[in-house]
Amino acid sequence: MPIDFLAIAPEIALAVTALVVLAADLSLRGDAKQLVNPLAAIGTLVALFFVARLWGDERTTFAGTFVVDSFALAFKALFLLVLLAVLGISWRFFAEGRYFQGEYYFLLVTAFIGMLLMPSSRDLLLLFVALETVSVPAFVMVGLRKRDLYSSEAALKFFLIGVLSVALMLLGMSFVYGFSGATGLDAVATAIAGLVAAGTVEPLLLAAVLLVIVGFGFKISAVPFHFWAPDTYAGSPMPVTAMLAVASKAAGFAGLAIVSFIAFQPLAGVWAPILGVVAIITMTVGNLGALQQRDLIRLLAFSSVAQAGYILLPFGVARGGSAAVDVAVNSAAFRSVLFYLVAYAVMNLGAFGVAIGVSRRTGLRAIGDYAGLGVRSPLLAGAMTVFLLSLGGAPLTVGLWAKFAILEALTVDVTTFGLVLAGALVINSVIAFFYYLKVVRLMWMVEPAADAPALQPGANLTLVVAGLAAATLVLGVLPGLVTDATSVVTFAAVR
Amino acid sequence: MDPNTAGWVLIAALALPLVGAALMLLLPKDDEVRIKRFAVLVTGVSFALVAAMTAAFDYGRSGELQFVTDVGWIDAINARFHLGIDGISLPLFFLSYLLPLLSAIYTTKHLPEPGKPKAFLSLMLLLQTGMAGTFVAFDLILFFIFFELVLVPMFFMIGMWGGPRRDYASVKFFLYTLFGSIFMLVSFLAVYFQSGLRSWDIVELSNASMIGSTTFQTWAFLGMFLGFAIKVPMWPFHTWLPDAHTEAPTVGSVLLAGVLLKIGTYGFIRIALPILPEGALRFAPVIGVLAVIGIIYGSLCCLAQTDIKRLIAFSSVGHMGFVMLGIAAMNEAGIQAALFGNIAHGVITGMLFFLAGSLHERYHTRDMNVIGGGMLMKIPRYGVLLTYVAVASLGLPGLAGFWGEFGAMWAAINPGLGLADRFGGLYLALVIFAAIGTVLTAGYFLWMLQRVNLGHPTEKWAKAELDDVMRIEWVAWTPLLILVLALGVFPRLVFGVQDAAVTVLLRTMGG
Repeated sequence: MPIDFLAIAPEIALAVTALVVLAADLSLRGDAKQLVNPLAAIGTLVALFFVARLWGDERTTFAGTFVVDSFALAFKALFLLVLLAVLGISWRFFAEGRYFQGEYYFLLVTAFIGMLLMPSSRDLLLLFVALETVSVPAFVMVGLRKRDLYSSEAALKFFLIGVLSVALMLLGMSFVYGFSGATGLDAVATAIAGLVAAGTVEPLLLAAVLLVIVGFGFKISAVPFHFWAPDTYAGSPMPVTAMLAVASKAAGFAGLAIVSFIAFQPLAGVWAPILGVVAIITMTVGNLGALQQRDLIRLLAFSSVAQAGYILLPFGVARGGSAAVDVAVNSAAFRSVLFYLVAYAVMNLGAFGVAIGVSRRTGLRAIGDYAGLGVRSPLLAGAMTVFLLSLGGAPLTVGLWAKFAILEALTVDVTTFGLVLAGALVINSVIAFFYYLKVVRLMWMVEPAADAPALQPGANLTLVVAGLAAATLVLGVLPGLVTDATSVVTFAAVR
Repeated sequence: MDPNTAGWVLIAALALPLVGAALMLLLPKDDEVRIKRFAVLVTGVSFALVAAMTAAFDYGRSGELQFVTDVGWIDAINARFHLGIDGISLPLFFLSYLLPLLSAIYTTKHLPEPGKPKAFLSLMLLLQTGMAGTFVAFDLILFFIFFELVLVPMFFMIGMWGGPRRDYASVKFFLYTLFGSIFMLVSFLAVYFQSGLRSWDIVELSNASMIGSTTFQTWAFLGMFLGFAIKVPMWPFHTWLPDAHTEAPTVGSVLLAGVLLKIGTYGFIRIALPILPEGALRFAPVIGVLAVIGIIYGSLCCLAQTDIKRLIAFSSVGHMGFVMLGIAAMNEAGIQAALFGNIAHGVITGMLFFLAGSLHERYHTRDMNVIGGGMLMKIPRYGVLLTYVAVASLGLPGLAGFWGEFGAMWAAINPGLGLADRFGGLYLALVIFAAIGTVLTAGYFLWMLQRVNLGHPTEKWAKAELDDVMRIEWVAWTPLLILVLALGVFPRLVFGVQDAAVTVLLRTMGG
């Protein structure tokens, strides 16, 4: 069977990059080691080039288990841009922090290979491999600060919960295989549709479906699989936190969208309400947790749990049928998830970027340390204000349109449950603004402490943060730049 | 400037403050005089443009949209960049350019603590674009953006330049308004999908035949009601208002009372009523009852205040109650009175907040007990102005406040769209209570005047050097003082402009 090498060219490019990075790290000495960062960036650009080259193509290879379509390419482009931004905020951080740089960049790039695989997978096994390729390097990256107790605790917690959920997911997949006799997602869907039509859906099949979803619930830190998130985020090196909070979560959502909207779509009547309720609980727990925090990274961690809840909302209105209105609801739900992820990536990476900039050489990370940031560094404070307001969903930022897309998906066909979900989103947005505004207020309306050290964010990071802030605002005025691109993202399986 | 073709005027009027704010950031921080002058220049040029547009407006066709721009904006959701202005929008739009100009002039002398004129004035300009935009946006999404845009600069204005409890007040203001506005957005979306038109266009949706069932309209109206009622604010959603007003800097209060509150009532009249007439009809008695409770409650609260600024803030709750009573009447006279009351309240209460701010500049307190009376002897010109505006606010015939209150009560005696048959008795009772409210309003304003204006200055202030009205204050206030009289003597100034537009509006509601 011939392999379509162009279809997997982005992944190949990243794989080569990962190996080159590892080899370069071995051959470079001392300060020269930091050159692996630009090397990795070049490899990312090559992969991005291949994604651009593939744009508009529809390809399949590996007997239909690997698909390149507009959906997969949109996610790949998102992941690669995130990788570039993470590389930008990692450079000084790892060069100055006495880390093993080569290993870090190798692991980072490897994790992104898994992410690129995720949206292309159309087979349960390939999905599992992709998920593990994202997770395993992440376990190590979280524990990179070997001598730091918090880092070790974070890694252990992350590892144990991760392994547990993956084990449950595998169990679920094996049951699904038992019922459907297939691992290909389309084949699974056909088999399940047959069972639904015949009225012989056994409870065990429903349990299996939910077990598979659990695996992704861990990746996206949905309640009750969110316990690792705050500790892991707080304990990891900050760029790793940014990666986990943005890229790894987006990969989880890509995978969840694939299994739920393709393989398990006929059973949407069962999992959709469950995911809807999980979404409500997730955002509420995340927001209430964030209210209590004193450490900015932990605040962002809880906020990202809440954001995961928002992104889960559209899954709650997914439909099992195939009438015109069901297709309309499903595709709106799907597009809103994609758009929210793009917006979320921009604003959350930016927020972490500012946090890294503030803590560089000063170690400041408590929320109280942000007092008077508007005087100490107007640029960082201005950018942080933009990011936080955007996370909340204020106008003229991309965050508003992200929330809008979700509300749109919930009201395409007005149902009581959809309105309940929308109401939960409204109430949670208000709670969320409370703690976002708390930080904004501190930055602008409180005088800085007299002994506050000078900030040295570094030119590289400032550039990344300024770029992300500009993107947040530009997309806030012209969301069409993304929506017009994502509106061509039709999901082949939303039938 | 041809009103049929010159769509650029509105775009330019909205863009000028934004561009001005951006340019202001380039000025050196220490050159405060130049920054203040530049703000006056920007607001002045914008105002001149709007004044020229007002002159070019075709009053013979005030029921139709003029100066229209309608281009695609976000194709994926069919949102369009649709601006236009008609007789209902024009007075409010005019006001949102007049008040910032006067505020900029006022700020050249009175800059609230802790200074920083650059940040303060650029926020004011951003606020101006937001509030002016809501009155000319004819696409629901565009309207929503402007509606929300107002929150951020006002949050910073209260939070950075406000009084001692500014943290609490600014966050409360922001969260409260946000809460309502997202429910409003949900309603917009529901209307968008239910109408089947796939359009956000306010005109198109208003002209559409019945959208959804009566139940749908009731629920959709509830969402919009939350958004607009909090903004107005109606009792019991008013609690953010006294805090925001009391803590806000003078200019913030002026713009908040003068323009921001009007966005809520404007939203009811422009969006909620014509798009969801059935829902509005069901809600009308509720709105009427809440409005009258607001009138009485606001007046009673005023009687209990000692802080003049807080008193004026609570008086806003009462006055906006009259505006909402006019809306609840659902007839032409009621809508007319509501819109007139809107403008009158903007002019009068805006002016009252200017006066309260200047009072604070002189006495460094706003507590009526500490001031203790005798202002007419100590600073006579100021005392006269306070009397004049307070008397206008309590609704003395011949001044601006009268027509809105009188018109609303007159309209509510005979409500339209069949309400008279079903709820005639209720509305009559509402009018009676509203009339009692006018007496209470007169009561607290006269009592306030008695406590601060009459009598002799107390020992504490008798020797103090207090400036009477300064030249810069005369410049900033004269236009408003003239408007108070002009609108009272010649109400057609506003009624005439709105007339055709209100007729069109009621036709779309089927009345």
